[in-house]
This record gives sequence, C-alpha cells and structure tokens, in this order.
Amino acid sequence: MKHLLRRLRAELFATRADAALSLVLISLISLGAIGFLRWAFTQAQWAVVKVNSTLFAVGRYPVEQQWRLWLLTALLIAASGATWGLIRAHPRPDRTGVLWPRNDRLAVVLLSLIALALPLALDLSLAIAGRWWGLTVLLVVCRWLAGRFGARLSPAGQRLAALVWPVLYLVGMVLISGGLGLVTVSPSEWGGLMLTLLASSFAILLCFPIGVLLALGRRSDLPLLRWGSVLYIEFIRGAPLITLLFLGQNILGFLLPGGLAPDRIWRAAWVLTFFAAAYLAEAVRSGLAAVPRGQLEAARSLGLSYPKALQHVVLPQALRVALPAIVGQFISLLQDTTLLSLIGLLELLGTARTVMANPAFLGRNGEVYLTLALLFWGCCAALGLGSRALERRLDPHALPSAT
Amino acid sequence: MAPVPPADPSPSPLPAPKPPWWRDRRVVPWLVQAVVGLLVLLLIAFLLGNLVRNLTAAGLLLSWRWLQQPAGFDISESVLPFNAQLPYWRALAAGLVNTIRAVLVGLVGATLLGTLVGMASFSHNGLLRRLARVYVEVVRNIPLLLQLVFWYFVVFLTLPNGVAAIQLPGVVLAKSGLYIAGLGEGLRWMGPSLVNGVWQAPVRLSVEFGSLLTGLIVYSGAFIAEVVRGGIAAVPKGQWEAASSLGLNWFATLRRIVLPQSLRVIVPGLNTQYISLAKNSSLAVAVGYSDLYSVAETTLNQTGRAVEVILVLLAAYLTLDLLISALMNGLNRLVQIRER
Amino acid sequence: MFWNRTRSLGVSLLAAGLLAGCAGEDGGVQSQKLSTITGRGKLICGVEGKLPGFSFVGPDGKYLGLDVDVCKAVAAAVLGDPEKVEYRDLNSSERFAALASGEVDLLSRNTTMTLSRDAAGGNGLSFGPTTFYDGQGVLVPVASGIKDLKGLAGKPICVESGTTTELNLADRMREQNIPYTPLKFQTSDQTFAAYLGDRCVAVTSDRSQLAGKRTSFPNPDAHILLPVVMSKEPLTPATINGDPAWADAVRWIVYGLMQAEESGITQANVDAKLAEAKANTNQADLRRFLGVEGDFGKQLGLPPDFVVKAVKAAGNYGEIFDRNVGPASALKLDRGLNRQWKDGGLIYSPPFR
Repeated sequence: MKHLLRRLRAELFATRADAALSLVLISLISLGAIGFLRWAFTQAQWAVVKVNSTLFAVGRYPVEQQWRLWLLTALLIAASGATWGLIRAHPRPDRTGVLWPRNDRLAVVLLSLIALALPLALDLSLAIAGRWWGLTVLLVVCRWLAGRFGARLSPAGQRLAALVWPVLYLVGMVLISGGLGLVTVSPSEWGGLMLTLLASSFAILLCFPIGVLLALGRRSDLPLLRWGSVLYIEFIRGAPLITLLFLGQNILGFLLPGGLAPDRIWRAAWVLTFFAAAYLAEAVRSGLAAVPRGQLEAARSLGLSYPKALQHVVLPQALRVALPAIVGQFISLLQDTTLLSLIGLLELLGTARTVMANPAFLGRNGEVYLTLALLFWGCCAALGLGSRALERRLDPHALPSAT
Repeated sequence: MAPVPPADPSPSPLPAPKPPWWRDRRVVPWLVQAVVGLLVLLLIAFLLGNLVRNLTAAGLLLSWRWLQQPAGFDISESVLPFNAQLPYWRALAAGLVNTIRAVLVGLVGATLLGTLVGMASFSHNGLLRRLARVYVEVVRNIPLLLQLVFWYFVVFLTLPNGVAAIQLPGVVLAKSGLYIAGLGEGLRWMGPSLVNGVWQAPVRLSVEFGSLLTGLIVYSGAFIAEVVRGGIAAVPKGQWEAASSLGLNWFATLRRIVLPQSLRVIVPGLNTQYISLAKNSSLAVAVGYSDLYSVAETTLNQTGRAVEVILVLLAAYLTLDLLISALMNGLNRLVQIRER
Repeated sequence: MFWNRTRSLGVSLLAAGLLAGCAGEDGGVQSQKLSTITGRGKLICGVEGKLPGFSFVGPDGKYLGLDVDVCKAVAAAVLGDPEKVEYRDLNSSERFAALASGEVDLLSRNTTMTLSRDAAGGNGLSFGPTTFYDGQGVLVPVASGIKDLKGLAGKPICVESGTTTELNLADRMREQNIPYTPLKFQTSDQTFAAYLGDRCVAVTSDRSQLAGKRTSFPNPDAHILLPVVMSKEPLTPATINGDPAWADAVRWIVYGLMQAEESGITQANVDAKLAEAKANTNQADLRRFLGVEGDFGKQLGLPPDFVVKAVKAAGNYGEIFDRNVGPASALKLDRGLNRQWKDGGLIYSPPFR
C-alpha cells in the first residue's frame, strides 16, 4: 500500500505543475467515463445488437445451413487449442518450458468468462449459448490434451500437425461455399463477421507469397524484374484502396472475356490481396535489407543454389526482422476490409449499415458502431499480441551463445 | 516470379566440362527475364484486347469528349466556384481542390496532434504517458472508416441545431456546421448570426468536412505519434541528461535539444504517414463530403465512362502522392546531418 | 471454387456461341444471354436491395418487392422456377457498369428510363416496359413549415448521388433561381439517415421511394410530401443493348404480366384459364396468349407457356403492384398513373399477336 502511494506520488504529483496536470486529466477522464456509463446504461438501446447478432455474425447465410459454420468453428477452435498446447509442449530447446505459464492460465480464465458472459449479455437462446460453452470447453480440453501428450509427438508428427491448418482452410472453404455434396451457398449470401474474416484471411494468406516474390524481385539484379516490381509496388501504393476496389468492381468485367469475371466478393478479395501484396513487399524488403549481403554469398559459396540459399538462409532471417511490420500490414488489411461496405458488400460495417436502415433500429448508430469498434479492436489487438509472442519465440538473442 | 533457374530434369552423372546453355550463368538471367516479360506482355495484351472488345460492344470506346459536357449536378461545398452548367472537368477539378483542402488541413492537424502525443509519451507524468499510449493503441486498432462514420453519425449529427447550438465568442458549432467570425461584406468584422433559423458567418465549415477532418487527424495523429516517439527514443539519453544539467526544463529540452535531433528519424516516417493520409481522404465519400472520389463516382454514374474516370482518379492520386513525396524528400535533405 | 464454376461457364458460353453460330441460318433465336442463363441455371438480377416495396430483404432473409417480382417472373418464364434468381444489391453508381460488364443479366432496380441511358452513345442500355410510373418529390418535416420549393432556399437538401434525382434537383432549383446546398450520399440508407438526423431540411427522391421510406420512420406523420412533382420518373427494367433477343424476351414477359391483368388472369385462376383455353378452341386470343397455340414463345426463345409460368410465379401486374406497394402493403400507394389504360392509367400492353 505504502509502495503504491509512493509510486503514485512519483508518477502523478512529482512537481506542482505535474499535480495540476494530473488533477485536470483525472477530472476530465472521470467526466468522460461518467458520461459514457450514463449513456450506456440509461439511453443506449442495446436491442439492436442483441436482435441482429446472427446477422452481424454470418449475414444472410441460410439458417438451415448454419450448422456448417458451427462445425467449422468447432474445428478451428479444436485446432487452435491443439496448436496452443503443442507450442507449450515443445518449448525452445534453450528455455525451460512451463506447461501452464501464468499468461495461459489467465487467458483460459478470461476466455471462459467471456464465453460465459457474452451469450447471456446478447440474450442468445439457451441452445446457442450452450454451443458457445461447449466450444469453450473444447478449446480448453484440446489445449490440455495437446499440452499433456504433445511432447511425445515425433518431429515428423509435428510437421504433419502443422499441415492441419492449410487443410482446415480448404475444408473451411468447402463448408462455407458448398460443393462436394453440400448445398451451394452463393457468395452473395455471405456476410457479417464471417465475410470480414474470410476476405481478410484469404488476402493475408495469398498476399504473403506474392509479396515475398515482389520484394525479391525488387532487390533482384535483373533489370526487368526489378523495374516490373518497382512499377507494380509504387503504382499500388500510390492509389487509394477504394479506387482499386472500384476498379475491381467496375472495370474487371471489361478486362475479362464476358461472364468470366469472378463473383463480386471474390473480386474484392483478390483486389485486397494484390493491394496488400505491394505493402507486404515493402515490409519484407526492409527485412531483406537487414540481412547482410555476406550471408547470401556465404551460402552460395557453400554450394547452395540461389533459391536454396534464399529459402534456408536469407528469407528466414529477413522475415524474422520484418515480422512486426508484416503483422502490422495484416492488421491494417483486416481493418481495410471495412472498405468493402463502400462497394455494397455486406461485411461487418456493411451489415451494420443495413441493420440501421431497418426502421426499428433507426438512429442507433452509437450502439452499433461501438460494438463493431470493440470487435475490431479485439481482433487487431489479439493479432498484435500474437505477433509479439512469436517475436519473443523467434528472438535469436535469447539463444545461449554456445550451441 | 523469382529468378528461379529452370530445374534440370535429369542431373547428369558425369561432371560436364561446360554446362548446357540453359544453365549458363550469363544466359539464365536473360532467359528468366525474357520469359517473365513475355508472360506479362501476353497478359496485358489479353486484358487490353478484352477491354477494347467489351467496350466496343457496350459502345463505350475510350473518349474524352464528355469532359466538356455540362455536368448537370451540383456540389455541396466547393472552394472553386461551381454550378451545374459547368463541364465535367470543372466538377472533377472542384473535387480535386476539395480533396487537397482536406489533405492540407489534415496534414497540419495530424502533425500537431501526433507531435504533442508523441512528446506526451516522454512526460514525467505517468497519467499523461499512459493516456498517450491508450490513445495510440485504441485508435490504431479501429478501422478508419468506422471512425469516420462514428464521428459523422454519432458525434456531429447529434449536435444541437439553430438557437440551441453551442455558442462561444466568435465561434458557433451547430449541426449544420462550424461558423467562425471573420471579415465579411465590406471588410467588416462579422460574428456568426442566426438568420431565419440558419446560422450565417464569414467562415463556414460543414460538418461533413468537420467529420472527415476529425477522423483523419485523430487516425493519422496516432500513427504520427508513434513516428515521433520512435524519433525521440532514437536520441541518445545523454542528450536529455546534458540538457537538464544545463538547467533546461523538460519542455525546453524537448523543444530545443531533442526534437531537432530526432527530425532526421521522424521526417522519413512522416512521408509514409502523409501519403496514407492523402489516400485515406478518399473515404470522404462515406460522410458525404464532395471530394475527388465522390465527384468521380457521380461522374461515372452520369456518363457511364468507367475506364476514363478511373484513369483520372488514379492519375490524380498518384500525382498528389508524388508531390507529397517530393516535398518531404526536400525536407529530409534539410534535416539530415551533413557528413563531415 | 469459383474457377470451376467460371470454367464450366466459359465452356458452356463457348458451346453456346458455337451453337448460336450454327443455328444462325434457320431463323432460330440468337441470344447469348438467354443461353448463358439457361446454361447457368439461374438468372442474375440487379436490385436495389434496401428499398421497401421495391426490393428489400424480408425478416426470413428472402428478397421481396415489385422489382424482385419482375425478376421472379422472368426467371419463371425463362427457367421455369421463380426461385432460380441470384440477387445482387447494386448501388446507383455501380448499376450500369454491372449490367454493361455482364455481371447481372437484368437490372430491375427502380431505374429511370432516360434518353442518355437508352442511347447507344450514352449508357447504351435497352429498356423494357416501364413497371412503375413515378415522379420526383420532396419530403420535409411538418414542423419545418415549408410549403414549396421556395421555402428550401439556402437550406441543405439530402439527395442520393449519381441519380437522375440529383440532376433534376439541380435543374428545378436553377430554373426557379433558388440557392440550395445538395448533401450527397452514396446510398439511400445514408441519405435518409442524414435526413432523419436533421442534417437536411428536406430529402428528395422518387415519390414512391419517399412514401416507402416514410412508412419506416419512427413517426411517419411528422413528415409530408411537398405538392411538387419535379420530374417524370418511369422506373423501368433494363438489359444491355448488345443482345436484342434477350431484351425482347424480357420486354414481352413484362408485357405478359400487364396483359394478364387486362385479361383477368390471376395467380389463382391461371391454371383454370389454361384449362379453359385448352378446352375451348374458339378462344384464339387466350390460346395464343397462354401458349396453347401459335409459337410466340419460340419466336422469343422462351418456352411456349412462358406467360403462364410468369403469372403463376408472381401474379399479374395488378397483383404484383397491390402486394408490394399498393393498399395491401405498408406503402399504401394509390395506383394513380399505374392503372391499366382502360381505367385511365398508363399500363398498356401491346397486343400479343
């Protein structure tokens, strides 16, 4: 207690000017907080979020097919839990691994609380709330199982386990869009958070290889490749995303033979991909620049071919350096999906706008936008946290000097 | 498109004295380039061929004559005088000027805000420091478009109107806009006044412009704050200590010693932020401000000239970016330390 | 996944093109669009999507409205199933590009027919029969006390950008020399949100749209339509100029709906009428109309009984009107100009002969 008081004093009331500033700030913050709380609990009508929660989650996805999305969510959650557990079960050789570090215990408690409280706050029916609770249990169980028995997994098994994610992505695409015996659900019926996540994950996955190639192209000695990459990167980075989306929606139909242009959603997803690739290329390029030229030369002199030297020596180092910038790009890509609402697609923001066009919810902008802001903030902050954790895990300076 | 040499299908067991020509170190790069170049050319030819064919079928072959025709629509606020009888190119020009106006004011505002917040993160006051951190973390993780519609629909459109407007000496903030005193007709000083329930003042900013500006400044301000923070952090700690031992206070140290030195790190970072602010101004369309993009969209709709309109848009934004880059490069040369 | 679809689509397109090339000589119908649609098994229809009465998504996630019923009738006539429609929500600024680039087959999106949109040198659309005769109006709050356009002098007016509405507003205000500030938004949602947020003292749009939106306001009686009609707005479905056979097919399917009302054929009695026509060889008009005899369908590249299918799917024009925008609906619009010509309106189908 005494310690706390001393710290408070040092931080807030060190000098007279500081004290005055602190008092002003404290009063401003409390005024704002009181105003907000009063609004949130007396004036705001949260029904608009509660009633439309399904719409916000999956858009107009047919109700009788929604089990597919539940299944996909369950698979994703199981895979996440397992991955989480495996990471803890295989600590880096140079560090003492703890199966349940404090952060993990905290995360489990926090997730359980959210899973418990959110369905109740949204007035979900017991059946739906039950599913969420079940999913949370699934996550924890998978985390526990993988942590408990993951250490016995052979290196080959580990590599196989990593393959789960790409496979799951393909399975997810089939589950969402149909085919292979499932009823087709046309992209025009996708929406809400699902569309936001789908479009951003699609773009994130595909922009990565394109971006790396562009970055390599930009640093290549071959003038044609270099200038081609520079031209592409600078052109894309010079244009606002909205004009590129507009180009995709209005011009692509003219550029391809009649009827071959993909659906609007896919068009937008491709535009996002090619847009993000240019920015990613710049992030990767900064990473490549940080790898000393001698590394490549040393690898080549050891007899590695150029692609092999890139793959095994240069790129791993460059990507590790560029990791924060790359994740930064992914975060802004996730945010950029909101622009799809400007071209009439019903991702989260687009859905919000249609919901507010509904007479029953007219003028409920504050509630809806705040909810969306919270959602986006959560997703982006989680990505940021994940990136920092990954950075720590990959940090070479943590390696003992003698290996 | 990486410079991958073609894989040898059957590695020969004998060490060949001379590699086959397709593995020759001098030939491979050119081979790769030729193949890539050819593919790109083919792709472009394919796309352009389709474009011409489809446009011909739709009767919309590239033509710029429509630029001279009267636009027929009005623009809500325009720095350039504009009315519906003026041709399309004047409408686009008015939109461009509106964009530039938003970008210029936004740049100044975001720089001020970002610098203040960036400085605040080195304050002695823990509360101020954390507040700066919270601001950056909150704003950067919420999409700009969401922030813009929030400012417009939740903040500015709930302002009171008419008599109930927020009135300060010389300034009135109402739902219809921000009214500021200034030199009016006959060069007389005039304050805002209410005429027939409508506020009048020499200087008037619409709430659409206001929301766009607020959104851009708050969003870019957070990114600029990070740039400034990085720049200040790059200045060796000894500089702070030396300055304070000379008796300079915190603010003077920052302003006279640290900030000038940090500029050479800050300026290149600012360039990126300024360009993205310029591009982000195109989101004005969501809050009803008539910027270049919004005028272009209307133009497309009234003329059907999709390809021409997008070319105009791309050219305009690229030019704007290049201008900003050129200015910032000039500035960068000024602030870099001259090597002795 | 879409590659598969597009590839098969491309193949069928190619096949259709070849077939059309072969069949060109014997007077059969050459419509690339029609064969694309039948090959694909569904009609892609561009609609507004958020306009009560014309096209909007009901609580069960299904599209409803007058424009939507036109899509359904066309799908039923061409493919035999009114549900084989994929709706694309288009905002006003992307609709023509979507049609021109072939992204949608049919634009049934409260679009005003105008010379420049129709002309080959303009937007190059091909308009069908007008499905709703409308005019541009102005909606103001009762409390504002505004009675006419003059009352709007110097005030902000909300309008959706990229519409004829925007152009008419500029024209009318210029004629009467009234200064005003247009506040333009991309979508009608935003336009009305700004109006309801009191950002503008008036909102202008088609009168039917204003009436439709007003029903959804929290307090509909607090807003009135000014007694001015600023323009003629014939809302008309459109197709591309490049495929006259497809345009003809759409045109006569819609005329079929209008003729059905004139002939007293309804969704409920269409089967009975068909049986009657089959039984009675003397009713030549009816037999031809319903495809019992003659080859009207074949001439259009449609099944012989396309009218029966269309009416069975959506009802006749009067039923469509009543259900979506008429007294039975929330909009409660009067038939007005949209009465049959016999009742003094403008709905007039040319003879099916």
